[in-house]
Amino acid sequence: MNGATRRARRERWLEGSLLLAALASACAVLLILAFLVYFSLPLFRPGAIAGILSGRWQPVGGEFGILPMLAGSLLIASLALAIAFPLALGVCAFVQGLGPPALARPVLAAVHFMTSIPTIVYSFVSVILLVPALRSAFAGRGGFSILTASLVLSVLILPTIVLLVHASWSGLGPSVRMTCAALGLSRTQEIFRVLVPVSSRSLVVAAILALGRALGDTMVSLLLAGNSPQWPSSILDSARTLTAHIAMVLAVDSQSPAYLSIFSSGLILLLVTASLTLAVRWIQSAAGRRRR
Amino acid sequence: MMRTSAIAVALLSALALPGCTSKVETLGIAGGTAHIPVMEKAAAKLMAADPGIRITVEGGGSGVGVQKVGEGLVQIGNTGRPLSDQEVDKYGLKSFAFAIDGVAVAVHPDNAVSELTSDQCREIFAGRISSWKVIGGPDGPISLYGRDEASGTREVFWTTALAKGEVAASTKVVPSNGAMKTAIAGDPLAIGYLGIGHVDESVKAIVLDGVEPTQENATSGVYKVNRQLFMNTKGEPAGLAKKFIDYILSPEGAKIIEECGYIPVSR
Repeated sequence: MNGATRRARRERWLEGSLLLAALASACAVLLILAFLVYFSLPLFRPGAIAGILSGRWQPVGGEFGILPMLAGSLLIASLALAIAFPLALGVCAFVQGLGPPALARPVLAAVHFMTSIPTIVYSFVSVILLVPALRSAFAGRGGFSILTASLVLSVLILPTIVLLVHASWSGLGPSVRMTCAALGLSRTQEIFRVLVPVSSRSLVVAAILALGRALGDTMVSLLLAGNSPQWPSSILDSARTLTAHIAMVLAVDSQSPAYLSIFSSGLILLLVTASLTLAVRWIQSAAGRRRR
Repeated sequence: MMRTSAIAVALLSALALPGCTSKVETLGIAGGTAHIPVMEKAAAKLMAADPGIRITVEGGGSGVGVQKVGEGLVQIGNTGRPLSDQEVDKYGLKSFAFAIDGVAVAVHPDNAVSELTSDQCREIFAGRISSWKVIGGPDGPISLYGRDEASGTREVFWTTALAKGEVAASTKVVPSNGAMKTAIAGDPLAIGYLGIGHVDESVKAIVLDGVEPTQENATSGVYKVNRQLFMNTKGEPAGLAKKFIDYILSPEGAKIIEECGYIPVSR
């Protein structure tokens, strides 16, 4: 056997195994979706769907509405994004030249390090430090609350936004910088009048991905949001997210409607995060088309 | 010749190794969180006496205990409540009661309230009494804590102390007896409930209808909010599971149960 055929054969083998790996992961996602739909089926009988998509979770009274949890998830995640996004832009502006250049690298390194801290560590430290602090700040309310969970989640998703926005700004870097310097713009003007508008799509993509990360997190809200299955009426109220709901109910008898409700929770969660991902793809491909 | 014998030795030892590992007997225990201290102490004693066994103890709540033992994932599934007929039918489980545990209402140690009637208790957990001031406590809203649906502690508290009454949706839900204790100890406006075995100086147990929540009162039945702790096996226990259950039910096991703050059930 000569070298050429051997190489060709090895290449074919490699291609085959890569294809197999790609197919396997694609199949896994599809199977998860199919599995969730299958297990949620009993709930999509007439009558049952109204029961699940109702506003009251009172299993002892036979009410299994998961809308309060959906509201809790969306509220906690968007509040976290609202806190983290301006902070992240600030960090990016600092690194991009508003702060002393000597500090830029250490700050970025710290942000990189933040990505490696497990969520359970954030949550556990917050139970001990942040919960009592907020409780005394709000006269007994706000301990295990939406606000607490959102604050910690904002720290969790901050690196996602910083790294994405920083990458986008660095890509624009030299050309924009030269032009701005030639026009006599200050660094502040350069960042907020030129970089931000030019990179608006990347900003939206970063925000969507961060929102997805916040929606999908379980540990932070499970340990900090208080898990009350109620409609949140204030950010000092406690709330339960869909993810925490799944974690809590997973433990009950597998025959009960409560158990079935976690499959529809999972389905809703998957649909929400999938549509966020699709939104990102759509924005990116739209940007690609425009550039061409 | 040297080489072949070396290979032979290698082969033999490779064959022998799995034989060695299979000699280690393993036992998985999961379920009720009130059980954990007893299970862990007993497991530690048994493992110290015989290095050939390995026992793992996990929590999860009574619901998890039933499910895991039923599906064969563990050999002993603990529950803090009797099994339902459905559960027994579905999995063919066998129950062994080994201890009595009362469920106490508890508040923060700084709270001036130390006695409640069961009526007050019901009103509080239903959210109809929402301020501590009304019942002589500190100035502030009552912060309710409860347990998840899988909890045996919740089951007992809800059926006996709350007479299956309404539970406010604003109740914060924690996943174990230990988490309940931590939550109450950290929140000056808290009220919740936990197994008497878990009560220590970090929380204050409430005198309910004039009866102090002690294990003695729970055993005699004067204190109404109590339950038995069960170990459950799928069919008759065998091997290490049987050994473990026999040990828990032995006088030595009874001593461990008492050390952990529970009252042993006489066989």
